[in-house]
Amino acid sequence: MRPLTEEETRVMFEKIAKYIGENLQLLVDRPDGTYCFRLHNDRVYYVSEKILKLAANISGDKLVSLGTCFGKFTKTHKFRLHITALDYLAPYAKYKVWIKPGAEQSFLYGNHVLKSGLGRITENTCQYQGVVVYSMADVPLTRPPWRSCLPWESTGMVGR
Amino acid sequence: MEGQNVEELLAKAERDEAEKLQRITVHKELELEFDLGNLLASDRNPPTELRRAGPSPEAELQALARDNTQLLINQLWQLPTERVEEALVARLPEPTTRLPREKPVPRPRPLTRWQQFARLKGIRPKKKTNLVWDEVSGQWRRRWGYQRARDDTKEWLIEVPGGADPLEDQFAKRIQAKKERVAKNELNRLRNLARAHKMQLPSTAGMHPTGHQSKEELGRAMQVAKVSTASVGRFQERLPKEKAPRGSGKKRKFQPLFGDFAAEKKSQLELLRVMNSKKPQLDVTRATNKQMREEDQEEAAKRRKMSQKGKRKGGRQGAGGQRKGGPPSQGGKRKGGLGGKVNSGPPRLGGKRKGGQHQRGKRRK
Repeated sequence: MRPLTEEETRVMFEKIAKYIGENLQLLVDRPDGTYCFRLHNDRVYYVSEKILKLAANISGDKLVSLGTCFGKFTKTHKFRLHITALDYLAPYAKYKVWIKPGAEQSFLYGNHVLKSGLGRITENTCQYQGVVVYSMADVPLTRPPWRSCLPWESTGMVGR
Repeated sequence: MEGQNVEELLAKAERDEAEKLQRITVHKELELEFDLGNLLASDRNPPTELRRAGPSPEAELQALARDNTQLLINQLWQLPTERVEEALVARLPEPTTRLPREKPVPRPRPLTRWQQFARLKGIRPKKKTNLVWDEVSGQWRRRWGYQRARDDTKEWLIEVPGGADPLEDQFAKRIQAKKERVAKNELNRLRNLARAHKMQLPSTAGMHPTGHQSKEELGRAMQVAKVSTASVGRFQERLPKEKAPRGSGKKRKFQPLFGDFAAEKKSQLELLRVMNSKKPQLDVTRATNKQMREEDQEEAAKRRKMSQKGKRKGGRQGAGGQRKGGPPSQGGKRKGGLGGKVNSGPPRLGGKRKGGQHQRGKRRK
């Protein structure tokens, strides 16, 4: 377990900033406690200082996970966000897309969302923007990584 | 009147004295035992007041501490004083309490090689004098060490021995021999130390030549030997097919696990600030799209107005309507014209030209 280097932090922040923009500093600097990012076995964990101190007592090979896993660094040092980060990214997301109940199942199984399935969308969302997809009940959705596309990037906005 | 004041003052002074005396004197049933050398006072009085006090006896504890400290200080004031550099200082007596050992008893060390040998042979240490008479300098000098009696490196005249090369430097030879002896002694000392602490010497860890060393051990020994030169192996050639050793680069250093959290946060926020500053504030595509949309809306509104007015006044002013129909078509021609060219345009349209907006940005149509 170790903290991230400058380079790794930059790559990770660039990825996360695509979805939450400048709200990222609310994740870094929180009023209710010190939270930090730590790297363990190529995975980045977002963990509070208290839990980190406890986790330091576990040897590296026996430690499975700590805090929340935000994502991992691949062999070529690219950062891949994981579904477990959704809880932290969804409240700060800048551009949100709500989809109708009919299209929701289709989306969850990996299909594109048609324009007719779109309920609401944040205004001023430009093309190819990273968004967070919600159901009409304001539940953030995602789907399993499919052919190396990011889980909830709605690149399938057909007919825009 | 003044007499009364003086009386009052005297009475007050007396009261103050009594109070001070009361504060200084402390009544105890059993006298305290003092060890002034260690600044220690032992109170053997039974703690009845504390037991009576209850769950949080803060006030009683404080009173007890104050009383005992007062008694100790009273004792200190009775010690003989002296003056040291403008400060009055009490000379403490020798401590009487024997403090327990801080560290455990040292375990017996293994004998050094010489000690083992001496024990074997039955050699006892001979008592020798510290100083030896030195004829050369005419004074008593120590037996060994700095300015010793017979230092052969300090001789000014050395005869070349019978069988030696006449061009050899005898003085350098003696200095070299001394250096070698010193190095050998140091090595033996370290070996004895390593044996005592059951440790390995780092330089020879596992590299004593036995007949049965594995390929890895031999390789390691070879690497260490290569690096053990004055230039730390920089100018040692490799064999034709020998590969560079693995893992000989600098080890990467990471920040400690619990570094300074505040500093970490600060550097991350700084990184975010730099990232945000690099992004352009004004998105050119969106700005131009917005501008073009506005223009289109304006023109659409104008066209609607013209057509409405034209319908209302169509009968009376046929020519006028035709005239008013002109500018939109002219506008259309202008748009087409400016799409291709950069600065040319019909000169009569100077007033209504809207600058080069139409050239930049994407035309959504």
